[in-house]
Amino acid sequence: MGEKKGNQKSERTAVSVKGKRRRPISDNSEIITLNKVCKAYSTGAPALKDVDLHINKGEFVFIVGDSGSGKSTLIKLLLRELTITSGSINVLGYDLAKIRHRKIPKFRRNIGIVFQDFRLLKDRNVYENVAFAQRIIQKSNKEIKKNVPSILAIVGLAGKYKAKPKQLSGGEQQRVALARALVNKPTVLLADEPTGNLDPKNSWEIMKLLEQINENGTTVLVVTHNREIVNAMQKRVITLKRGVIVSDEERGGYIDED
Amino acid sequence: MRINTLFYTIRQGFRNIFRNKWFTLASIATISACLFLFGLFYAIVSNFQSIVKNAEQGVSVTVFFQEGLEDSRIQEIGEMIARRTEVSNVHFVSAEEAWESFKTEYLGEYADGFTENPLADSANYQIYLNDVSMQPALVTYLESVEGIRQVNRSEVTATTLTGVNALVAYVSVGIIAILLAVSIFLISNTVTIGISVRKEEINIMKYIGATDFFVRSPFVIEGMLIGLIGAAIPLGIIYLLYNVVMEYILERFSMLSRLLSFLTVEQIFNVLIPISLGIGVGIGFFGSITTVRKHLRV
Repeated sequence: MGEKKGNQKSERTAVSVKGKRRRPISDNSEIITLNKVCKAYSTGAPALKDVDLHINKGEFVFIVGDSGSGKSTLIKLLLRELTITSGSINVLGYDLAKIRHRKIPKFRRNIGIVFQDFRLLKDRNVYENVAFAQRIIQKSNKEIKKNVPSILAIVGLAGKYKAKPKQLSGGEQQRVALARALVNKPTVLLADEPTGNLDPKNSWEIMKLLEQINENGTTVLVVTHNREIVNAMQKRVITLKRGVIVSDEERGGYIDED
Repeated sequence: MRINTLFYTIRQGFRNIFRNKWFTLASIATISACLFLFGLFYAIVSNFQSIVKNAEQGVSVTVFFQEGLEDSRIQEIGEMIARRTEVSNVHFVSAEEAWESFKTEYLGEYADGFTENPLADSANYQIYLNDVSMQPALVTYLESVEGIRQVNRSEVTATTLTGVNALVAYVSVGIIAILLAVSIFLISNTVTIGISVRKEEINIMKYIGATDFFVRSPFVIEGMLIGLIGAAIPLGIIYLLYNVVMEYILERFSMLSRLLSFLTVEQIFNVLIPISLGIGVGIGFFGSITTVRKHLRV
């Protein structure tokens, strides 16, 4: 695999952002590396400017910032939905600037993704939505029948496997999305505003699930606006402002604009 | 690809038809309507061409021999004519047969007054052509053959039929091309709209690591099934209608039955079935492939 390069800088222990030295390492291997990454759209100002970012295996990271700060662009770059304009980006050993189109599905199978609007297949029930992720990686029916109920039990939806998405609450739909993201045991979980459409109670339940998933070894990146959750959970917090990382706190909180 | 993945893909293609009922119905209706018009026009044009062809086959050239020509030479001329590429068949009419035919057609009981055959020198060959447009070339040849006294032909009939034939061919090719283009445009648009509304579904599949093939396959199977059903419905309707209409025309206009010889439903369907199914399934296949491709760059 031409695109896949080993992440050899496993001993990196910190990153310097605007003079602030931060963050311990939860694991020794670096699985996300961005060097001098710029992303510019055809119209308007650059969405990301000279972003350096290093995330190790097993970390739990919040990415915060106002609308237009570049959070969503960052997630899209990590998922290889977008390509960088300059710099280098390496995720799980894949050089995303050079990865071939046909290799992208294989790369994405290592990444779980959860969206604010859940993005479930509306015409399929809970079981089929989760099983779908397994079918993509060509798991046998026997394995699917074993894995899907098991992951549904973890997210607390074992009893609702026959329900269609519209029959579920927002919190439940997000749990289905989480189950779908996790069933293939991804190395990294990207959550783009996972609590954006949820009430506080459901938001906390989802965040607890994400924390639990992280404790089991999955690297979790959460893009959020939820100040209360960020401040309470005391995880690594990366703050973006107008396309630039303005802070990277090991156990940080939500930084106010001014 | 694993066998269970293959079955899953096929199953999803079938299920998609029921999942997207309105899209399925709209697509099938569009395909059916287009192919119905196409089939109807094809049946009409084929019959018209067949009637013209039959009329052409009734047009003959008659050659008369020089007085006292030996039978062996007459036979030799007949063989020479039969070998010509323009000729479909040659029929020898003896002087006696010519007189019998003339009596029956024109004289009736008045023929009794004749004791000798007044058409003693009227033995002839009636020559039928493969293509009436070749008549002038054949006539030129016949006029150059030694032993032939006279060549009779109907130039007006031949010219008219040739003209009609050419006109029908041009018009039918034109109309069929327009119908096909309209069908392809309408059907592709329906398929495009149907798949575009499921762009989000395709995006989700791509986000969670589905290959292009995995995403595309159920849509392609769905497209082909819709095309197949959309083609089968008008074929069924035309099959039923064709027999009913033919019976009605022959019953209602019985005097035309000698002039009009319609093609059988089997003759029409030998061509119409593969063309209609090919168009239906082909458009379903290529329409879904090209439309899904647009959404795969996620």
